[in-house]
Amino acid sequence: MPWTKVFLAKEDLACFGPGEGLRGLTFVQALLEAQTQILENDPSAFVIGEGVNDSGGVFGSTLGLADRFGPKRVMDMPIAENGLTGIAAGAAAAGMRPIFVHMRMDFLPMCMDQIVNHAAKWHYMSGGALTVPLVIRSIIGRGWGSAAQHSQGLHSLFLSVPGLKIIAPSTPYDAKGLLMEAAADNNPVLVVEHRWLYGSVGYVPEAPYREPFGKALVRRPGRDCTVVAISQMVYEAMRAAADLEAQGVSVEVVDPRSLKPLDTETILASVRRTGRLVVADVACPMGGAASEIMAAVLETDPGLLAAPAVRVSFPEAPTPCSPVLEEAYYPGARHIAGAVKKTLGLSDHG
Amino acid sequence: MSTSSDCAPASPAPSRDVLRGLLETMLFIRLFEEKIVAVYPDQDMKCPVHLCIGQEAVAAGVIAHLRPGDYLTSTHRNHGHCLAKGVDPGILLAEFFGRASGCCRGKGGSMHPMSPEHGILGTSAIVGGGIPHGVGHALAAFLRGQDAISAVFFGDGASEEGSFHESLNFAALKGLPVVFVCENNHYATNSPLGARQPNPDVHRRAQGYGIPAERLDGNDVEAVYAAAGRAAAHARAGLGPYFLECVTYRWKGHVGPDCDYEKGCRPKDELFDWMERCPVKRFQSRIEDAGIMDAAGTQAMIAAISARLDAAVAWARGEKYPDAAEAVLGVYAPAEV
Repeated sequence: MPWTKVFLAKEDLACFGPGEGLRGLTFVQALLEAQTQILENDPSAFVIGEGVNDSGGVFGSTLGLADRFGPKRVMDMPIAENGLTGIAAGAAAAGMRPIFVHMRMDFLPMCMDQIVNHAAKWHYMSGGALTVPLVIRSIIGRGWGSAAQHSQGLHSLFLSVPGLKIIAPSTPYDAKGLLMEAAADNNPVLVVEHRWLYGSVGYVPEAPYREPFGKALVRRPGRDCTVVAISQMVYEAMRAAADLEAQGVSVEVVDPRSLKPLDTETILASVRRTGRLVVADVACPMGGAASEIMAAVLETDPGLLAAPAVRVSFPEAPTPCSPVLEEAYYPGARHIAGAVKKTLGLSDHG
Repeated sequence: MSTSSDCAPASPAPSRDVLRGLLETMLFIRLFEEKIVAVYPDQDMKCPVHLCIGQEAVAAGVIAHLRPGDYLTSTHRNHGHCLAKGVDPGILLAEFFGRASGCCRGKGGSMHPMSPEHGILGTSAIVGGGIPHGVGHALAAFLRGQDAISAVFFGDGASEEGSFHESLNFAALKGLPVVFVCENNHYATNSPLGARQPNPDVHRRAQGYGIPAERLDGNDVEAVYAAAGRAAAHARAGLGPYFLECVTYRWKGHVGPDCDYEKGCRPKDELFDWMERCPVKRFQSRIEDAGIMDAAGTQAMIAAISARLDAAVAWARGEKYPDAAEAVLGVYAPAEV
C-alpha cells in the first residue's frame, strides 16, 4: 500500500510514478489540507490558536486559512491557554467543533484544568447528554536550542485521563486522515505532532478521508524484534531497521498511530511473531506510552518475550539548549539499533 | 451600594406579575434548599451539597431576564440557578440522591447538574472553571449569528482565578453576549474576601477590561432585577458583555446543611446581621406592604411550593439506582450522536 509507506527521503517518492494517480505531500501540507477540507465541509468547525492567522501560520500548518475563511473561522487569540481551552470547550458543548492549535506542546500544562477536569469528563459527568468535540493540536519542538520549555513530548500526562483520545500521526497520509477523524470525533482529541515530521513526504489522497483511531500499522515487517515507534520515532526506527538489515537482523516496525485508544492487538501479534520488544517514544520514560505498551505485553503473557523489553525514550532530564548537550540528549536510530541488539544478545559494536 | 455603570438605561418598573414571580422563585429556591437540610441527616443523599440559602435574590433577579434559548453556567453552588432557569426539582433531587433518573443519571450529583433544554451545558465545581464555558457558549451563539445570551454565575473566589480574567478579556475583546454575575458572598470556603484580595471591589476588575460593571445589593431582588435587565439588554443588543457584582451572604457553611459559625468559621454576629437582611422576608414584606400580595397569598404560595417539593423528594427517593455496570460506561461519546 503506497499510503502506509514511510519515506525516509523525498527522492523515494518517485518510486510510485505520477501515472498511478498518486500525489505526494509533506506532512504540513497534509495538515493544512485536512483543516481546509474540515472548514469547507463543516460550518461548525473553526480554528483558534496563537498565530494561526499570521504570516508563519503555525509552521505553515494554518497558512492562508484566515484569508480564505475569515476571522470568525480562523481566530487568533489572547495568550490565555487555559481560559481559551475552556472557551473552546464551552463552544464545543454548545455545538461548535473547534480546532485549538498550540505551537508547542509545552503550553498544554497551562490548559490542564480545562482539558483534564472539564473537556475530558463532560460527556461522562453529564450522563452522556453532552459532548465536547474539541481537537487540540500540539507540536513537539526539537533542536536549535529549543531547550526545556519548547521541546517536550507531554502526551504521557494525558494518557491516564479517561475521556480523552490521543493520536500521534507519523506520515502525511495519517496527518490528514487522523486529523479529519479527530475533527469528526465527538470527544476531545489531543493531536501529538512532531515538528521534525513537518517536512516528511508521502502519498496523500486529495479527497477527504478519515483514518480510524486505534489501528496500529506494521510499517515494516520483520522476524527478529518488534520496535513499536511513536511519532517521529517511526523514522528513527525505520532507519535503524535498514541499518540492522545490512547486519542480518530483521526488525518489524509497528506504528501505533493512536495512543488512546491503543491497538494492543496489532502490537501483541507482532511480539508473538518476534519474541522481542523495543518501544521508542518522543517523551521521558516514566509512566509513559512506552511503559503502557510494555504493560500490555506483560498483562497478556510475559512468556511472549524471549528477552527483556527495552525502552528508548528521552532521558529522565529536561531538554538542554547547547547543541552538544542536545546531541547527547536525544535518542535516535542508533539507540534503537542498540536496543534491538540488546534484546538479541548481540554486541552493540558489531 | 455604589453603582459605577456609565451606560445603564432606565428599565420600566416590573409588573405585579413579575414581582410575584420573583417572590415565587426565591421561595422555591429557599424551600428546596430547606428540604435538603431536612432530608440530609437520613444519609440517603450521598453527595456534597453547597446550599445557597441567603443568596436567592441573585438567581431570581437575573434569571427572570433569561429566555429558554439562553445559556446559563453555574458553580458548585448551583441549585438556585438551575431551579430559576426551570429545571425540574425532582430531576435535580434524583440526581443528588444518586438515582438513575437524575439529570446526569447519577454521574454528576449536586455539583454537576446539567439540562441542555434549559441551556445549562454542564456545571463545573472547579472554582472559575465554568466561566470560560459560559463565554464559549456565547461564542458559539455569536459565531452562528444567534440571538442567545449567556449568563455566567460565579463567586468572589473565582475572581481570583486566571480563568476569570482570561474569560473577561476574551468576552470583551470579541464583544460576546455574556452577563457575568459575581455572587460576592464574602467567603471562599472559609477564607474571607479581605484575606484574599487587596481591593474587594470585584466589579472593578471587569471595568479594567472595558466591561460595564455594577456593584449592587444582591439581597435586594428588585435591585438585582433592574440591574440584570440592563445587563441582559446590553448583551442582547450586541453591545458585548456586562458585569454584575451582587453583594450577598450565604447562611450555611461552605458545604453541607449546617451553619458553620459554631465551628469558628465565621463570626456569629456577622451571620445574624445578614440574616436580618434576608432577601426573601425582605421582599415578601415589601410586596405585602405594597398590596401586591397579602399574607394569605404568600402563605398559599409557600404551601403550594412545599407540596410540590415534598412530592419531588418522595418521587426522587422512590427512583431506582443506576445499574452498577453504568460506572464505566459513557466515558466516550459515540461516533454519531
